[in-house]
Amino acid sequence: MLDQLRQVEKEALAALEAVEDSDALAAWHRRYLGRKGALTLFLRSVGELPKEERPAFGRAANEAKARLEAASEARAEALRQEEMQRELERGALDVTLPGRPTGPGHLHITTQTLRQITAIFAEMGFQVYEAPDVETDELNFGLLNMPPHHPARDMWDTFWINDEVLLRTHTSPGQIRVMRERYPEPIRVILPGKCYRYEQITARSEHQFYQVEGLAIGHAITMTDLIGTLTEFARRFYGPERRIRIRGSYFPFTEPSIEADMDCILCGGAGCRVCKYSGWLEVCGAGMVHPVVLQNGGYDPDEWSGFAFGFGVERPAMVKYGIDDIRLFYGNDLRFLRQF
Amino acid sequence: MKVPLSWLKDYVDIPVSIKELAERLTLAGLDVETIEYIGLPGAELPWDPEKVVVGEIRAVYPHPNADRLVLAEVEYGGPEPEVVVSGPPSLLPLRGQSDLHLKVAFAMEGARLWDPYSEEPRIKKLKKARIRGVTSRAMVCSEKELGLSDEHVDIIYLPDDAPVGTPLAEYLGDAVLEFDIQGPFAHLYSVFGIAREAAALLDVPLRRDVLEVLERHPAELTPTPDFIALEIADPDLCPRYSAAFIRGVEVKPSPFWMQMRLRRAGMRPINNIVDVTNYVMLELGQPLHAFDYHLLRPRPGEDRPVIIVRRAEPGEQMMTLDGISRTFDEEMLLITDGGGPVAVAGVMGGLESEVTEETTDVLLESANFHFLNIRRTSRLLGLTTDASQRFGRRVDPELTVKAAARAAHLMAELAGGTVVPVIGDLYPGRQPQRVVVFDPAYATRVLGVEIPTDEIIRILTSLEFQVSGLQVSSLTDSGEPETLNVMVPSHRLDVTRPIDLVEEVGRIWGYDRFPTTLMRDELPPQRANPRLEGAERVRDLLTGCGLDEVITYSLVNIEDEGKLRPQGPPPDPADHLRLRNPLSAERAYLRQTLLPSLLHTTRENLRFLDRVAIFEIGAVYLPVEGQTLPDEPRRLGIVMTGPREARSWLEGQDRAPVGFYDLKGVVEALLAGLGLEGTFEPGEHPAFHPGRCAQVSVGDGAVGVMGELHPLVREAFDLPEQPVCALEFDLDGLLAAWGAPRRMVPISVHPPVYEDLALVVDEAVPAIRVRDLIAQTGRPLVRSVVLFDVYRGEQVGAGKKSLAYRLTYQAGDRTLTDREVAKLRAKIVRRLERELGATLRGT
Repeated sequence: MLDQLRQVEKEALAALEAVEDSDALAAWHRRYLGRKGALTLFLRSVGELPKEERPAFGRAANEAKARLEAASEARAEALRQEEMQRELERGALDVTLPGRPTGPGHLHITTQTLRQITAIFAEMGFQVYEAPDVETDELNFGLLNMPPHHPARDMWDTFWINDEVLLRTHTSPGQIRVMRERYPEPIRVILPGKCYRYEQITARSEHQFYQVEGLAIGHAITMTDLIGTLTEFARRFYGPERRIRIRGSYFPFTEPSIEADMDCILCGGAGCRVCKYSGWLEVCGAGMVHPVVLQNGGYDPDEWSGFAFGFGVERPAMVKYGIDDIRLFYGNDLRFLRQF
Repeated sequence: MKVPLSWLKDYVDIPVSIKELAERLTLAGLDVETIEYIGLPGAELPWDPEKVVVGEIRAVYPHPNADRLVLAEVEYGGPEPEVVVSGPPSLLPLRGQSDLHLKVAFAMEGARLWDPYSEEPRIKKLKKARIRGVTSRAMVCSEKELGLSDEHVDIIYLPDDAPVGTPLAEYLGDAVLEFDIQGPFAHLYSVFGIAREAAALLDVPLRRDVLEVLERHPAELTPTPDFIALEIADPDLCPRYSAAFIRGVEVKPSPFWMQMRLRRAGMRPINNIVDVTNYVMLELGQPLHAFDYHLLRPRPGEDRPVIIVRRAEPGEQMMTLDGISRTFDEEMLLITDGGGPVAVAGVMGGLESEVTEETTDVLLESANFHFLNIRRTSRLLGLTTDASQRFGRRVDPELTVKAAARAAHLMAELAGGTVVPVIGDLYPGRQPQRVVVFDPAYATRVLGVEIPTDEIIRILTSLEFQVSGLQVSSLTDSGEPETLNVMVPSHRLDVTRPIDLVEEVGRIWGYDRFPTTLMRDELPPQRANPRLEGAERVRDLLTGCGLDEVITYSLVNIEDEGKLRPQGPPPDPADHLRLRNPLSAERAYLRQTLLPSLLHTTRENLRFLDRVAIFEIGAVYLPVEGQTLPDEPRRLGIVMTGPREARSWLEGQDRAPVGFYDLKGVVEALLAGLGLEGTFEPGEHPAFHPGRCAQVSVGDGAVGVMGELHPLVREAFDLPEQPVCALEFDLDGLLAAWGAPRRMVPISVHPPVYEDLALVVDEAVPAIRVRDLIAQTGRPLVRSVVLFDVYRGEQVGAGKKSLAYRLTYQAGDRTLTDREVAKLRAKIVRRLERELGATLRGT
């Protein structure tokens, strides 16, 4: 019997050698170790032995079974390794082939630029206030300290609907709207929006463009606050190394009025075509809110002061991204818009 | 406005470089746009100080071999005079003359000059040359060779007092500052005005000599003249009218220096009389006009001419100097004489009374007009002149007599006339002296930086304000606050309030010296902005769906809006806002829909791309009866067309054209992202395919239509023959219900039961009714109903369709039994049979 047992074990181990995949291993397992397997049957036959031989045989049989189980485990592990190896070899791809086209569309570059601008000002406490595109002459000019025929009106070429109504030439009428709505709260808002000017469309000028106006009203707002705010913005938007230059200017709705320039980011101030060889790029026009405008907004200039600033949105984007033609913005060529 | 540096230096010393001067002026608000150098370093052609000098032709000899050339002997400061070959027409008649004293620009061998014969601007170096057998090592120059003008027929002659041997750059070189000055500041529109600013900025004295003409001739200040009758009929528009009389002039070209200055300031020299009026205008900022005295007519029965300043009679006409006949309205101010209009006040003179070569006696007008009226006239006549530009910016009325005296004396000097020692002057609009009480603490409050009071006083004084020292206010015991009494000079018509002085102090002190601070003021209440946040959310969701954002023009051609209803009536312009002054017919109306521009954008892009999926968020402009301003509701527009997926090498890509359900998928994703429930019903809209158009509602309100374009619309917009999906929603309506926080739905831990249900219904039954009925009946155990197959064909019979749904049953509190599910299922099926005539497929 013991010889037979050895014979079965030897045969089983030999058969295991020939097993090449997990199905064959399962069949082998059934054949030798299953309920009707050769070894199992053999173990059942222990009863046929004389009583005194039984323990020794039983031990031997169990040991043989354990050895076969272990061999089977080892074989199974080897097979798993082989299979994984085969899968890894099969799975190699040309990683240089392009992937499946997918992914989000593109926000318009103006939207992206506006978001950058509003995010920077939001951190300084400026919230967005929106005002209409079609405005009255009174809000666009009159209440901003420009009565009819005022010389400063020449600064804006206007699209007129009729004698009283026009397309806003700047976002500044929103100043009056927000003041009248918020009085007597202090104010810190930016007013982004579309503006319109009667200008021939060229690489440098568009009849429709976006502007962002800023307005801060409080009890102790100063020119140095304005300069600080603009400097902060320019460095956040264009880069911390930017130099800012403040110069006097004129706007009828601010006094004193200033303009903020930044060293040209293309030539670093040496002078180039983009900065018209001045070394400086205009960042924005600004100033302390004129007492007349404060008054028109409902704020007593003896108690309140404020600053306002305004700048176009396309120009900064052009400078930042090297865009040389403003017509690209609203020409909506997707080959352009998808670059951003 | 152009200001030659050489002229500026008449009134102020410039101790800094030209560049620095320009920078200082710019920082103070006088924006120097360009600096044009003439003959100096920085110019395209700097004149070499060693090789281009003032020369003097002493003698002219015939050229031995050429009739049209001469030999000129030129003294130039060297050891020996130089003999050069030259051929200007003006020297030919002088052949054989010696003892000449003609001052010229003399260039020596090696000098760099413009090549006068080159088509393209080109600089050449002067070389020794043999000209018809005579060697010449130098030359006398034309204006063109020096880069002064295109004149090359003759050479340039310099004034007799030009010092021989002086480098030409020193004698004639210059830098011209060109300013871009905004605002109603006529006081800056003159060389003297700029000099005043430069003096304040550089802290150097201003030389006022030219303005002191009057002080030197006090006797001439007689208001009532006997040479003319003066009358201001409309003093509201003419605060002052002064006139001078210059008798016995000889009209001829102005001297070299004046012509040169005028040209550098951008004006064309005409004759000595007209040039003087322009010169004094440029110098002092007071526009002047010269009439030929004898062409002015008296009133009937009188013998001396008369000037009447009055409003025009409606329809009154006159020919202006530019030869155009102008018609006036009753708000335009005219200068008239006994016979009618002779000038448009402050804008342009009349042709008939113009100074000509025959003129011997000149009536010089130096007046002041209301700035707004001049602007109006100038705009309505479409006539902008140097005079109207200055008057339109508020000219100092105190200037009239000073400028008249200055011009009269220059005329006498240059045209040989005598000034009749009388100046007529009517001054009904004399303004009281303005005094502004100024508290230095106010400047600190506004500027945020404390500028010392003595510095404030220096700045204001240098700009010709008179500051009458610190006054101790009687209101406080401590002697605080201290205020300044500031007398405003007459030329500062813009200064009326303390804030105006703050600006003067700030800009002259220099904003570049200001520290920067961040606001320490109270932070205003912060508010949510759902209007903006909602739109931004929509943008993010749509780009997430693969759409690109575009921004089109608000101004459109309404014919394009008509193309959206090819069988309907054309758009009625009366329903739209129209520009009174459009740039073009394409941009004449304010849009009422986004779709035409989106369709144009699509068409343009299809030239280069095979698929376009774009959206726009923007306002439309709807006039409202009884409202001054239109409503500006925001709209969302989408257009999608082309293959569903971009071309690629991968298997399984979907190149079928996008259709209705692709657009609907985008809308569903949008609504889901916004947490909104939408309903889709068959819609009707002339722009859309009648069977492929849905009306979309959110909550109770319709938000817009979507669908595939009607083939006629596609054609009208020149789009290819493939489905073009489009949508236009009222964004504000869409977002009305947005923003409420969503309540969480608990996730059941009990196992779900899945079951498929295939139902056959009539073709006409909308799928949504089947789905809604299942969901309603199955509530609350049926958690989801997903349609996974639609089948039409023989197996279900004609006019029928099969809809297959996967139902998920799940309870929140227990595991469902088969019996429970079967019971509910039977209930659902019964209801579908009863209400929709549905049958279970395969039973």
